[in-house]
Amino acid sequence: MNMNYTAEELAFRDEVRAFLDEKLPADIAAKVKGFRRLTKEDHQRWQKILSEQGWYATHWPEEYGGVKWTPVQKHIWDEESCAYGVPRSIPFGVNMVAPVIIKFGNEEQKQQYLPRILSGEDWWCQGYSEPGAGSDLASLKTRAVRDGDHYIVNGQKTWTTLGQHANMIFCLVRTNTEVKAQEGISFLLIDMNTPGITVRPIITLDGEHEVNEVFFEDVKVPVENLVGEEDKGWTYAKYLLTYERTGLAGIGLSKAALSHLKQLASRRLKNGKPLLEDPTFSQRIAQVEIDLMAASISNLRIIAAVEGGGVPGAESSMLKVKGTEIRQAINDLARRALGPYAIPFVEEEMSYDYEGDFLSDENAAPLSSQYFNNRKLSIFGGSNEIQKNIVSKMILGL
Amino acid sequence: MDFTLSEEQQMLQDTVARLVRGEYSFEKRLEFSETELGFSEDFWKQLGELGLTAVPFPEELGGFGGGGVEIQSVMTELGRGLCLEPYLQSVVLGGGILSQAGNDEQKEKYLAGVASGELKVAVGLQEPQAFYNQNEVASKAEKSGDGYTLSGRKAVVIGGHCADLIIVSARTSGDVNDADGISLFAIDPNAEGVERRTYPTVDGAKGCDVVLNNVQVGADALLGEEGKAADVIEYQTGRAIAALCAEAVGCMEEANELTLEYLKQRKQFGVPIGKFQVLQHRMVDMMSELEQARSMAILAASYADAEQSDERRRTLAAAKNVINRAGQFISEKGIQSHGGIGMTWEYSFAHYAKRLVMIGHQLGDDDFHLERYASLLQAS
Ligand SMILES: Cc1cc2nc3c(=O)[nH]c(=O)nc-3n(C[C@H](O)[C@H](O)[C@H](O)COP(=O)(O)OP(=O)(O)OC[C@H]3O[C@@H](n4cnc5c(N)ncnc54)[C@H](O)[C@@H]3O)c2cc1C
Ligand SMILES: Cc1cc2nc3c(=O)[nH]c(=O)nc-3n(C[C@H](O)[C@H](O)[C@H](O)COP(=O)(O)OP(=O)(O)OC[C@H]3O[C@@H](n4cnc5c(N)ncnc54)[C@H](O)[C@@H]3O)c2cc1C
Repeated sequence: MNMNYTAEELAFRDEVRAFLDEKLPADIAAKVKGFRRLTKEDHQRWQKILSEQGWYATHWPEEYGGVKWTPVQKHIWDEESCAYGVPRSIPFGVNMVAPVIIKFGNEEQKQQYLPRILSGEDWWCQGYSEPGAGSDLASLKTRAVRDGDHYIVNGQKTWTTLGQHANMIFCLVRTNTEVKAQEGISFLLIDMNTPGITVRPIITLDGEHEVNEVFFEDVKVPVENLVGEEDKGWTYAKYLLTYERTGLAGIGLSKAALSHLKQLASRRLKNGKPLLEDPTFSQRIAQVEIDLMAASISNLRIIAAVEGGGVPGAESSMLKVKGTEIRQAINDLARRALGPYAIPFVEEEMSYDYEGDFLSDENAAPLSSQYFNNRKLSIFGGSNEIQKNIVSKMILGL
Repeated sequence: MDFTLSEEQQMLQDTVARLVRGEYSFEKRLEFSETELGFSEDFWKQLGELGLTAVPFPEELGGFGGGGVEIQSVMTELGRGLCLEPYLQSVVLGGGILSQAGNDEQKEKYLAGVASGELKVAVGLQEPQAFYNQNEVASKAEKSGDGYTLSGRKAVVIGGHCADLIIVSARTSGDVNDADGISLFAIDPNAEGVERRTYPTVDGAKGCDVVLNNVQVGADALLGEEGKAADVIEYQTGRAIAALCAEAVGCMEEANELTLEYLKQRKQFGVPIGKFQVLQHRMVDMMSELEQARSMAILAASYADAEQSDERRRTLAAAKNVINRAGQFISEKGIQSHGGIGMTWEYSFAHYAKRLVMIGHQLGDDDFHLERYASLLQAS
């Protein structure tokens, strides 16, 4: 047992810091740290820099342009990049569809899609959920019917995150209605510019446009866009979900949010003293910091246990639940720290270009928004209830 | 002890309920919210015409001297409809301060307008640095000639953007934290030196920060005795807390009904999601939180107009603490039980959730009231 970084790990951390010091654009970091809106261009600009460094695809084999990091290296990257204000990587291409293509796709698909993900040419979104198929994903109804060299796709996906920016969507579609729900699903790669696809915004409670509905009306998709075998999509979909979950604990993000919270609490006053020195508030912060400390080590233990490139199984569900609860608790405290200034909503403050006077020196608007927006953390990627169902079934045998 | 409303109280509540149901659909509310005023001028007029803005005032002003329970009846229904009108600010708090602290001339000048709804009052008692403590007043009122010069800044004055009259606290003597030395002034929002920085609020209403840049007011702007406003502020804030608790209960009732309905309708895995025990138990918890809140709102209403005492102080602090926590619980768990749909703008639930969480930021958060309660704890 040794809880310290080795000399090589420390050297890696220095390398990461040197890279971020040099290459992370200051305007992007400022937006991330101020919880402002990022544009598509911001994401793409940063992704290019990361790709050039060879650090974009950390789950991929090296032959496809991935980088082989140990779990500890990934952890170091997570912590450092969050602390520096690196934008959250949009996972749908690099961390979701790519591992599926690498494991189950054919050679042409690998040649066609992987380089375009690395270069940022393609922006992927995830077409899993439907209005009637949320937690019960396998009940999805979007139909794909084989017609010569094409599938004809009809149906609707929903909650499609950043679908408004995407040119590609990976979809679960029903190709067989005769068999058990899970056995008639296929995994299709669809060009968003195909005729018959309509994207409509869904505005979330904070007024933001982050998710969409995607409608398919007689959309012709070439059969070569099928990944793996027809009707075997559920296996691939589940493989992808474990990848999705691993990232969802968000330990690095929580650490960054906590550090922001402490700064906020050191500036805001209660009874003439900083909130950070207020007995009640400082204990609230201390409690969440302690929980985060424990979760951070659990996270390391679990990823270390699957060293050798694997992906954790049901354990990642526990991490997702704990991790998201902690992030939501931090967001809750940030909102509380604003006192009455949690109430005004100067929407323009969400924009980086806003040049008016901030209402309070804390640029408060994004913090209430963030609290509400991050209610999503316990809903998406498999709701926390579903994660607990998985744990009780897979780990506890109940 | 009797927990039932009298016939008159029930009629009052039914009147408001009918009005809200008829005029305040969720879709209309979104429209009202987006106007420059941020609420419905027309609905406000109707509240006036039906005598609802006059409820707490005496007969000669068109009211019937309604107390905590009558205000509770009105506010609960306004809460159910997520109504945006400044009833709390103008009628309850503004009207309350004017009634308690105003001299005959001031009452004569303002109260009829407040009672009819024609005069909208907003109240600025908190300051940017003060974290809910209304005795922490840095704004200054310095004697000049016959009147005063006001300077400072009042934070998050809900309804201040459209008010015809703004009541602010400012210090005429003492240190920034002294209860002694705080005075109240009724100012014309359009007077020279009054700057209003208006914004929408998270919960769909509008408010402003009021910056006082050497505002000259006459002696007749002073409400009550100079330097002795702390008691008035505390007392009237107590009445407003009781009213806000009632509003919150209305919001929670509606929020829980929406969630329960959704649990019955939404199917996943071939069954209504309400069949899942984890959601059933959570819904039970949400219901019992609402009942805790309702009990405290009733208790608060019964103390709202009682003579000031530590018992009253404790009860109102306790009520606001319970309401804030219940509101947050019902909001967060309700969104969670809805899944993605609970997070969308076009579905009303999220707006109830936002209002409830923001109520937690009005007139003191749960920590503030817990500390207040603890400071008043009785040994036995
Ligand atoms: C902001 C956001 C972004 C998203 N992005 C994407 C995306 O890019 N692509 C995509 O495909 N999807 C996306 N989703 C969809 C997300 O995966 C679903 O919202 C999620 O799976 C839950 O489904 P639902 O919203 O239909 O809720 P439901 O499944 O209807 O669930 C409602 C409630 O019932 C509970 N419940 C359901 N079944 C059970 C059970 N068996 N036992 C106990 N409780 C149960 C749930 O936990 C929840 O509390 C996103 C969602 C959000 C909110
Ligand atoms: C101090 C004490 C005094 C008692 N006095 C009396 C008495 O005077 N007369 C008398 O007749 N009995 C008495 N009891 C018995 C008591 O009523 C039972 O203990 C109780 O009904 C639970 O039954 P059980 O202990 O067999 O637990 P179980 O029924 O086996 O329950 C075990 C656990 O499973 C949970 N559980 C069971 N079914 C469900 C379900 N459908 N959904 C979710 N969770 C479930 C329970 O909540 C519990 O947590 C007493 C028990 C105690 C501890």
